[in-house]
Amino acid sequence: MGCENIEFDQGWGEMEKGIEKLKRILAGEKETPFTSREYMTLYTTIYNMCNQKAPHDYSEQLYDKYKETLDEYITSIVLPSLKDKHDEFMLRELVERWLNHKIMVKWLTRFFHYLDRYFIIQKSVPALNEVGTTCFLNLVYEDVHPTIQDIVLSLIDKEREGDQIDRALLKNALEIFVEMGLGQMNRYQDDFEARFLQETTNYYSRKASKWIEEDSCPDYLLKSEECLKKEVDRVSSYLHSSSETKLIKKVQHELLVLYVNQLLEKEDSGIKVLFRDDKVDDLSRTYRVYNKISQGLDLVANVFKQHVTIEGTAFVQQAEEATSNQASNTPGGHEQVLVKNILELHDNYMTYLNSCFQNHNLFQKALKEAFEVFCNKTVNGSPSAEILASFADHILRKGGSEKLSDEVIEETLEKVVKLLQYVIDKDVFAEFYRKKLARRLLFDRGTNDDHERSILSKLKQQFGAPLTSKMEGMVTDVVLAKEHQSSFQEYLRNNPDVHPGLDFTVTVLTTGFWPSYKWFDLSLPSEMVKWVKVFKGFYETKTKHRKLTWIFSLGTSHINGKFEPKPIELIVSTHQAAVLLLFNASERLSYSEIVAQLNLAHDDLIRLLHSLSCAKYKILNKEPSSKSISQSDSFKFNPNFTDKMRRIKVPLPPVDERKKVIEDVDKDRPYAIDAAIVRIMKSREVITHQQLISETIEQLSRMFKPNIKAIKKRIEDLITRDYMERDRDNSHMFRYLA
Amino acid sequence: MPPRASKRKSAPPNSSSVTSSDGRSEGIEALCSDLGVDYTDVRILMLAWKLKAEKQGYFTQDEWQTGLKALGVDSLSKLKKALSDLEKEVEKPSNYEDFYTYAFRYCLTEEKQKSVDIESICELLNLVLGVQFRPQIDSLIEYLKVQNDYKVINSDQWINFLRFCKEISFPDLENYDATQAWPLILDNYVEWMREKHS
Repeated sequence: MGCENIEFDQGWGEMEKGIEKLKRILAGEKETPFTSREYMTLYTTIYNMCNQKAPHDYSEQLYDKYKETLDEYITSIVLPSLKDKHDEFMLRELVERWLNHKIMVKWLTRFFHYLDRYFIIQKSVPALNEVGTTCFLNLVYEDVHPTIQDIVLSLIDKEREGDQIDRALLKNALEIFVEMGLGQMNRYQDDFEARFLQETTNYYSRKASKWIEEDSCPDYLLKSEECLKKEVDRVSSYLHSSSETKLIKKVQHELLVLYVNQLLEKEDSGIKVLFRDDKVDDLSRTYRVYNKISQGLDLVANVFKQHVTIEGTAFVQQAEEATSNQASNTPGGHEQVLVKNILELHDNYMTYLNSCFQNHNLFQKALKEAFEVFCNKTVNGSPSAEILASFADHILRKGGSEKLSDEVIEETLEKVVKLLQYVIDKDVFAEFYRKKLARRLLFDRGTNDDHERSILSKLKQQFGAPLTSKMEGMVTDVVLAKEHQSSFQEYLRNNPDVHPGLDFTVTVLTTGFWPSYKWFDLSLPSEMVKWVKVFKGFYETKTKHRKLTWIFSLGTSHINGKFEPKPIELIVSTHQAAVLLLFNASERLSYSEIVAQLNLAHDDLIRLLHSLSCAKYKILNKEPSSKSISQSDSFKFNPNFTDKMRRIKVPLPPVDERKKVIEDVDKDRPYAIDAAIVRIMKSREVITHQQLISETIEQLSRMFKPNIKAIKKRIEDLITRDYMERDRDNSHMFRYLA
Repeated sequence: MPPRASKRKSAPPNSSSVTSSDGRSEGIEALCSDLGVDYTDVRILMLAWKLKAEKQGYFTQDEWQTGLKALGVDSLSKLKKALSDLEKEVEKPSNYEDFYTYAFRYCLTEEKQKSVDIESICELLNLVLGVQFRPQIDSLIEYLKVQNDYKVINSDQWINFLRFCKEISFPDLENYDATQAWPLILDNYVEWMREKHS
C-alpha cells in the first residue's frame, strides 16, 4: 500500500470484482460468501480513493458510480424479469426482486460506507441507503405500481368473496408501497390506499343494498359484525395499521349508518319485533355494533324512542276509543287499564335499558322523551295528571278492588311516583291527589296510614317538599283528630250535663293543609246545633284564638229510618241527614219549603234531593215522580222503603271537581313563578334575561312548565312592584332591588 | 296631561310676583299665550324638564327662579328664544333619553303612582315621539287602544317604547326577537302587527 495514489480505473476495477461477486450471489449462483478480507479490501479501496489529495479525491465519482451500478443492475436484470409476468406471478417476482435489491444495497452500502460518513454530509446529498431505494423507485416502482395496485385489489376482492389468498405475499407487496415513501406514507396512501378504500366502499355498498332486502334485521347485524371482524383481521394480516380506522369507518358507514332506519324499522324483524319477542341477544348485538360507530348510538336511540312513543300512544288511543265506544260501566275503568299498561311498558323498557343497552344515557334520554310524549295526553277530557292521581287513589282505597298485598301496593305506588316524572303538570297532579286524599282520609274507613305516608315520602324525595307538605299535614290532622276524640270523650264524661245525648265525633282540619271547601250556611237541625255548641265548649278549653268553621258537607250521619217493613240504618252525608230530619216534623214538604228551612243553594239542594228520591234508594217519594228534580216538586217520607240489608249507604255523587282543580292550579302558578324569580334575583343580584328565563323554568320544573310569556308577565309585575329593575345601560340585564 | 294648574306668573318672568298657589289658575296658560305657544305643545314639557319641575302643571318658586337663571332668561322675549334653543338641546342624544324618561314621570300625579293610564300614554307618545317616529307611533297607538291586556303602562315598558323605535326596523319588524328581554306588551304588539300584515 503506501502513499501512492490509486488511479480511478484501477480502484474501480477492484470494486467491480466485488460487485460481480455480489451479483452472482444474488442470482443464486454457486459462490462463497464474502470473507472478512474481501470486505476489508473493498472498504479500504473506497477509503483510500476518498482520502487522496485532489485531483485524486474520487468521492464524487464513486458516489455516482454507486448509483450507476444500481441503475445498471435494475435495468439489465430486474426489469426484464418483471416484463412478461402477470397477476400473482408478477407480484411474487416483484417482491423477490425488491428483497434482492435491498440485499444488494445493504452490501454496497457497506462497501461504500465511507461516503456515508463524510461525503454525503459535506455535499448534502442523499445517503447511500436512500439512493438505493430511489433507484428502485424511479426505475421499477414508478412503472409497475398501477399494475401492482390492480393485482393487489383483485386479490383482496377474491378474498372477500371467500377464496384463500397468499396473505404473506400481499403483506410483502404492500410493504413496498410503504417503503417507497421514504419515511412518509404518501406512496402507500396515494398509490394504494385511496383506491382500496373506494373499492371497499363500493363493495359494501353493493352488499348492503342486497342484504337489506333479503335479510332479517338480526341476520343483517350478524353479517355486519362478521364483515367488520374480517376487515380488522385483514389489516392485521397484510394492510398497514394506519388503514384500520379509515377502513372500519367506511365499512360501518356503508353497512350500518346508511341503512340504520331501514334496518331497525323492518316490519317483520326490526326493533319492534325484537322487543316483542324479547330477543335480548339481538338487541344487545345492535347496541354493541352501533356503539363502535361514532354517533351510532344516537341513531339507534332515535329508533328506540320512536318505537316506545308509538307503543305508548297506542295505549292512550285505546283508552280514548274504549271509553267513547261503550257507555262507561266503571267510570274511569279504562283509564285504570291505561295506567297499568303504561306502567308495564315502563318496567319492560327499563329492563331492556339495563340488559341490552348498558343503561346508556342516550337511551335513558330516549325513553324519557318518549314517555313525556304520551304521558301528557288528555284522555276523554281527563288530563293525564288526573288519571294518575285517580289510579293512586284507587290503589290506596283499601288495596283497590283486587285486594293487593302490601308489597304489591308499595311497589305499584313506587312505580306511580316514577311515572310522575314524565308528567309536566305535576302541580295539577298534586291538587287532584290532595282532593282525593281528603276524601280517603275523611270517608274511607280503614285507610292504611303506612301506605299513605310511604307514597308521600316517595313523592317528597323525588319532587321536593312543596309538593307534599300540605298533604303530610292532612295525614297528621287525621291522626291527631283520633287523639282529640278520646280527650273529647273524657270531657263529655266529666261534664255529663252538656252531653247532647247522641254520639258524634269531630275531626279538626288545619285550614291551610286541606283543599278549600265551599262553605254552606246550612240551617242545622236542632239536635246538631247542640253538638256544635258542646264541641265548641270543649275546643275552647284546649286552645283559644282559633276559629272553627264547620264544613258539614264533609260529615257523615247514621240515621235510623223507621220504615214499615223493617227499620234500616241509613249512612248519609250530614247534608242529606239535614234534609231527612225535616220530615220528622212535617209529613210532606214542597221544594220551596225545604229551601226556606235549610237555606241551601238550588244546585246543591237538587243534588241532595235527587240522591234521596230519584237514585238507587228512594227514601223519599217525589211528586210528580219524574226522573229529575224541579222546583215545583213536593216530597214525602216513603214508609214502604226497604232493602235486603239492615244498613245501607245512600251515596251522594261528588261534584265534578276537575274544572275547579285546574282553575285553582292556574291561579297559583303566577305566585310560584314570582317566588322563583325573586329567589333567583336575590341570589344572583344581576342576571341576563335569557338566564333568568332558563333558570326560572329549571327551578319550577319539578312542579310545572311555565311558558315564556307567563314569566315575562311576572317580570313586568315585579318591576312595577320595585323588586327588580332593568339595567340602564344593558337592556337585557336585570338587577335585584333589595 | 298638558301642564294644567300652575303658579301665578306675571311678567317680567323673574319677578318675585311668582307665588305658589294650589288652585287652578291661568298662570301657565297665560304664560303659554304670552309665548305664543299652545299649552299642549311639547316645548312646554321641555321647559318643565329644563326647570326640573317635580309635579305636573306646577312650577314652584324655586324651580322657576333657578330654571330661568340657568336659561339665562330675564325677559319674555328671551324666554321665547330660549324655547327654540331648548328643542335643540333636548334632541342631543345625551339628553334625549333623560327627557323621555322625565316625560313619563311628569305624568305620575298621585303619590306612589307607578303607572300611567293608556289614554294618557298614547297622548304622551304622540307628543314626545310623534314627530321623529311618526309611522311607529301611529301604529303603536292604534294597538294600545285596541288591546285589552294592559290598562296602564309602567316606566319599564315606557322606556322600551323608545328603544323599540330606535332599534327595530319598521314596518317589517324583521330584527325583533320575542325571546329577548322586550316587555310582553311589545311582544304582543309585534304579533298583532305580523298578523295584520300576513
